[in-house]
Amino acid sequence: MNDETRIIHQILAVVTSDDQVVGGGTPIFRVHDEKEREELANLLARILQAMVHDVGNGTYILVKH
Amino acid sequence: MPVQGGNLAITLGVFTGTLMRIYLLRSDYRQYPSYPHGFISHLSLGVVAAFIGAVAIPALIEGEFTAATFLALAAQQFREVRAMERTTLENLETSELVSRGPAYIEGIARVFEARNYLVIGVALLVAGGTALAEVWVGLVLGIVAFFLAALLIGQESIGQMATIEPSPLSFDGPGLYVGDVFIMNVGLKESRETILEHGLGATLAPKDDNARDTLANDGQRQAILHDVSVVLGVRRDVDEPEFTPLMRRDLDTGRLALFTVPVEPDIESLLRTIERVPVLESSRGRSLEARAGRKAAD
Repeated sequence: MNDETRIIHQILAVVTSDDQVVGGGTPIFRVHDEKEREELANLLARILQAMVHDVGNGTYILVKH
Repeated sequence: MPVQGGNLAITLGVFTGTLMRIYLLRSDYRQYPSYPHGFISHLSLGVVAAFIGAVAIPALIEGEFTAATFLALAAQQFREVRAMERTTLENLETSELVSRGPAYIEGIARVFEARNYLVIGVALLVAGGTALAEVWVGLVLGIVAFFLAALLIGQESIGQMATIEPSPLSFDGPGLYVGDVFIMNVGLKESRETILEHGLGATLAPKDDNARDTLANDGQRQAILHDVSVVLGVRRDVDEPEFTPLMRRDLDTGRLALFTVPVEPDIESLLRTIERVPVLESSRGRSLEARAGRKAAD
């Protein structure tokens, strides 16, 4: 049997260029432009094996499914 | 009845039972049983089943009533084998890029058990017919049983209960749409470009209320996604969840929208593959068989 603990359907990380995004329990990565946001989100997605979602306002969230 | 007659009956029973198992043993693109070791174990169990079925009536004729306990033991054995097959498939799930899902696995395990019982039945009929009457009676019974079994194991496929058509992929901002059904939010621009370039979409429209319920079943949907991935490949790796094949339902019409990023970008192949996916027994919709269901049907 494969017993493993996975954290799914939770926001693992936030990548944003918006200053108004308030912190909670999730790591927030602030970026300055779109290109940086894309690259950082791509990298984090590969590392966390998570999916990147665009929630608007220049904010991406990473969620594992 | 002399011993010779009994031996002939048993031999014929084992022979026809094994032939039946070979006929039922169809390995196709669904990769089950896996060739060749799976083949060998399925075939061996088939021979055992044939022997058990063939021995039953001649043994009873000789007055050996322990044959009855023999059959009960056999049923127990095959149930355990079904559990073993299920465990094997479940253990393999994590190594698949697109998993089969528990419903599909349960269906495969159940079919495996049922086929062995069919073999017992055929062998029983042939051996019984030969021992109690003449050789030709046994053979005729065997042929009849063959056709009955072939009918019983016939499986309905998705193409018979739903209309399958290609559907274009589009993006509304980060939202991916197959036709007019929302699938998911794709954040990365690079991923969106890949999806538009390499992705395929299809719509499955149910033909009646039973079909609508079958398509709503998650196990059935996962089975469709698995079969599509096996035939066309999936353009993803373990750390790229974005290109996993997905199915979403249009709640107004009961239609399903399928999205996949295949290695082989062949839309015709996709449609034919979806058509050939078997309808799982556990997923089959039955609302039209109830009076209330028929009344509610539009």
